Amino acid sequence: MSSESSASKSNGQPAGSADAKALQTMESVVIRFCGDSGDGMQLAGTQFTNVSAVFGNDVSTLPDFPAEIRAPAGSLFGVSGFQVCFSSGEVFTPGDEVNTLVAMNPAALKTNLEDLQRGGTLIVNEDAFDKGNLQKAHYDSNPLDDVDGNLAAFRVHKVPMTRLTRDSVEGLGLTVREADRCKNFFALGLVFWLYDRDSTPTEDWVKEKFAKHPSIVEANLRALKAGYNYGFSTEQFTVHYEVPSAELEPGRYRKITGNEAVAMGLAAAAKLAEVELFYGGYPITPASDILHELSKLKRFGIKTFQAEDEIAAITSVVGAAFGGALAVTASSGPGIALKGEGIGLGVITELPMIIVNVQRGGPSTGLPTKTEQSDLFLSYFGRNGDCPMPVIAARSPADCFQMAQEAVRIAVEFMTPVFLMTDGYIANGAEPWKIPAISDLKKVSISHPQESNGNGDGFLPYLRDENLVRPWAVPGTPGLEHRLGGLEKADGSGNVSYDPDNHDNMTRIRAQKIMNIAESIPEQEVEGPESGDLLVVSWGGTYGAVKSACMESRRQGKSVAHCHLQYIHPFPKNLGTILKNYKKVLIPELNGGQMWMILRGLYLVDAVSFSKVKGKPFLIGELCAKIDEVLES
Amino acid sequence: MSADTSLPVLTQKDFASDQEIRWCPRCGDYSILAQMKKVLPTLGIPKEDIVFVSGIGCSSRFPYYMSTYGMHSIHGRAPAIATGLKVARPELTVFVITGDGDALSIGGNHLLHALRRNVDLKIIMFNNQIYGLTKGQYSPTSPLGKKTKSTPFGSVDRPLNPLSVAIGAGATFVARSADVDIKHLTMVLERAARHKGSAFVEVYQDCNVFNSGAFEFATKKDQKQENCIYLENGKPLIYGNDRDKGIRLTGAGNPEVVNLSDVKEDDLLFHDESSDDPTPAFRLAQMRWPNSPEPMGIFRSIDRPTYDGEVDRQFKQCMEQGTADLEALFNSGDTWDVKPK
Repeated sequence: MSSESSASKSNGQPAGSADAKALQTMESVVIRFCGDSGDGMQLAGTQFTNVSAVFGNDVSTLPDFPAEIRAPAGSLFGVSGFQVCFSSGEVFTPGDEVNTLVAMNPAALKTNLEDLQRGGTLIVNEDAFDKGNLQKAHYDSNPLDDVDGNLAAFRVHKVPMTRLTRDSVEGLGLTVREADRCKNFFALGLVFWLYDRDSTPTEDWVKEKFAKHPSIVEANLRALKAGYNYGFSTEQFTVHYEVPSAELEPGRYRKITGNEAVAMGLAAAAKLAEVELFYGGYPITPASDILHELSKLKRFGIKTFQAEDEIAAITSVVGAAFGGALAVTASSGPGIALKGEGIGLGVITELPMIIVNVQRGGPSTGLPTKTEQSDLFLSYFGRNGDCPMPVIAARSPADCFQMAQEAVRIAVEFMTPVFLMTDGYIANGAEPWKIPAISDLKKVSISHPQESNGNGDGFLPYLRDENLVRPWAVPGTPGLEHRLGGLEKADGSGNVSYDPDNHDNMTRIRAQKIMNIAESIPEQEVEGPESGDLLVVSWGGTYGAVKSACMESRRQGKSVAHCHLQYIHPFPKNLGTILKNYKKVLIPELNGGQMWMILRGLYLVDAVSFSKVKGKPFLIGELCAKIDEVLES
Repeated sequence: MSADTSLPVLTQKDFASDQEIRWCPRCGDYSILAQMKKVLPTLGIPKEDIVFVSGIGCSSRFPYYMSTYGMHSIHGRAPAIATGLKVARPELTVFVITGDGDALSIGGNHLLHALRRNVDLKIIMFNNQIYGLTKGQYSPTSPLGKKTKSTPFGSVDRPLNPLSVAIGAGATFVARSADVDIKHLTMVLERAARHKGSAFVEVYQDCNVFNSGAFEFATKKDQKQENCIYLENGKPLIYGNDRDKGIRLTGAGNPEVVNLSDVKEDDLLFHDESSDDPTPAFRLAQMRWPNSPEPMGIFRSIDRPTYDGEVDRQFKQCMEQGTADLEALFNSGDTWDVKPK
């Protein structure tokens, strides 16, 4: 392998090099593997990620699944993609513009090419561009012939992957179908060469994974090697690149997705609090993995219940919370909509519950496998009556671990259902997670009263403490028998009350109790200047892209600060002051401007909305452009 | 369950809450409440271990009137709430109080699933064949042609047969009684309470405001013996004021009324509530007055593992076998070390 190295260039492909097989250093690279949903693209992407993580890069990934389970091979709607960003610096987003695109067929090329940066590397499986596949992708002619010059902007590598893969596994007695299934390893090997990766971890994985099928092990290893050698030896590729390891904080790491992190955060909170966790859920994309993960963890005192529907899921959670369990459910938009009434029951009965809303494209079934932030109103307001409840939002896959524990803390300390917002992008995306020391985790303490509080008059379930929080007495406790329910409660006794003044009072108490949470959350922090030309306010999964864009703007000398909200209801106490410290406020969101409307309404700030509703995350570039536009306006 | 001698002996009064009862005068609910208060002290269960969960409707006010734990919830969802509670706290005794609209219409789905899972719940459905709380619309059990506020020209909805639904869903305990049939109702409630698994009890309940007298055939002293068959396990199906009529199966397996003067007792249909095959119970559930005499009592009572019991068994097994080591959990999967530079 060449040891030559040219000057590094950040965030993009280097300019052309005359030196055959030169090794160029880059700071950060985004690769996207895409092909049929059966082509093994998720596997190739995951393996590339693992290898990069073990090498010491910071990484961030974003899988992109089709909504169909098994769409017809070669069809436009059956394309599955996996994007990975790896860097020698810190990574905040799986990346926006793709530097290297691996397209296994015409449909993958058609649906992904627009994301490839100009000058980027395009690797295609030439063999898949046959008449049938071209037709399925609605190409009139073969785009690789490039009569229109559409590919002129890219470094195109047409590789006969199918044929080369078949050749590489010859003699192993594989069927053609089996041989062809190895072509993802060919592609992976080629990309390993292109980015100077050590393939040993993948080789070890293959040996372990297919231990019972020696011929499959051999075939995959041969395909991997063939891909690597193809890059090394053919004249098609004149340069390859290295991305040095990042300066990550020392420690042990693992890759974690948002859904895994939610499950682990909940398990940790329950275990440390020494309570049983009850999870009632109904399968829905992209939230189901939380159910899957928790179902494996019975040994941590976790009971999971796959309910008959979303309504049963949330109401089972109400029942379990009444029983004293740490009660949790998760869903996505349509499921959260169905849960609304049950959540309202949780609010009026003032029982602690955690509701994870893994947002996806809406309305109705919308874009089930794509990401959006459009359930903010649903979570904030989406119940009948004045029905306030806390809303918090995770900002990245690993952050879900922290925020899940925070959701538990708020629910239990304030006796209320809590919304934890994530989204499809966070839920399925992965990033390195520095494994915490157990001793560093904060323990939530849970206690149920044993003695009556009613001075001989029976138990008063709605007698409140200084934070307006009522006691969590549970069935099985002698002397504290009481009845809860959805009808308005008399202050203190909790008896049914239709008294107008009581209802007014209780409505205000419930709202004030939620506002009291602001005393227990950190003040809002801002990155960048404390006052200046522009404040960009973001929340949830857009964190990485917005942070990167703001950093980039500051690097260019602009006065741009970034305020990322993790606490949405109530907001941190100092948010109003912060918003007024800047000449302009920009609120980018993957919805029609929901946070924009809330902040304008609450703080009378003339903020500008930047709204994108494409089922896709923000690109750093488009955010930078919007920042410039607002600064100049 | 035998009463634990260390427990204080409870009486009906101990189960009465301090809340004013707000059902209409002469509502059938009063009798059901009274019989429930009679049954509970006989079970030997401390009252703090008893929970009543209800949905919405007149019947669903029930938990307020019991001095146990309780939850008056939202329409139709009581079985799901009770399932969550029972799974989280399998040691509790959980009753579900519901009505025909609550259980079979808005909550039909949850009822089906609680029954097919065999969650250890005692589901007492007050059936008055009308929507009382919303003031008189027809319910899913109202007879065809029923004229109500929402069906001024008569209902064209075919009614559900609650016991057939329950048996079809695989309920392990299915019974029917009537509000004013005090001794019978007490017996049925007690049997249901002692059943391990989901017990579904339909109680004919008179809504004297919106649907008065719907069940007179089964409650009027001079009529009920002629119109109903009181089921007794292992006994032949005999009924009538003079106990002179019985039920026999035809060659095709259909029940037919026979006169005991013509037929020997041994040739009658014998009731077997513990049959694993749901067919006998289903056949009985299909017998409805006025087409045939209507069976009252326990249609089915069989033993099956309960859902909450099975969840708890798996749970305890995992708790005993596995080590709940957070550190090991966090470190599972692919990990790597970043060394100080």
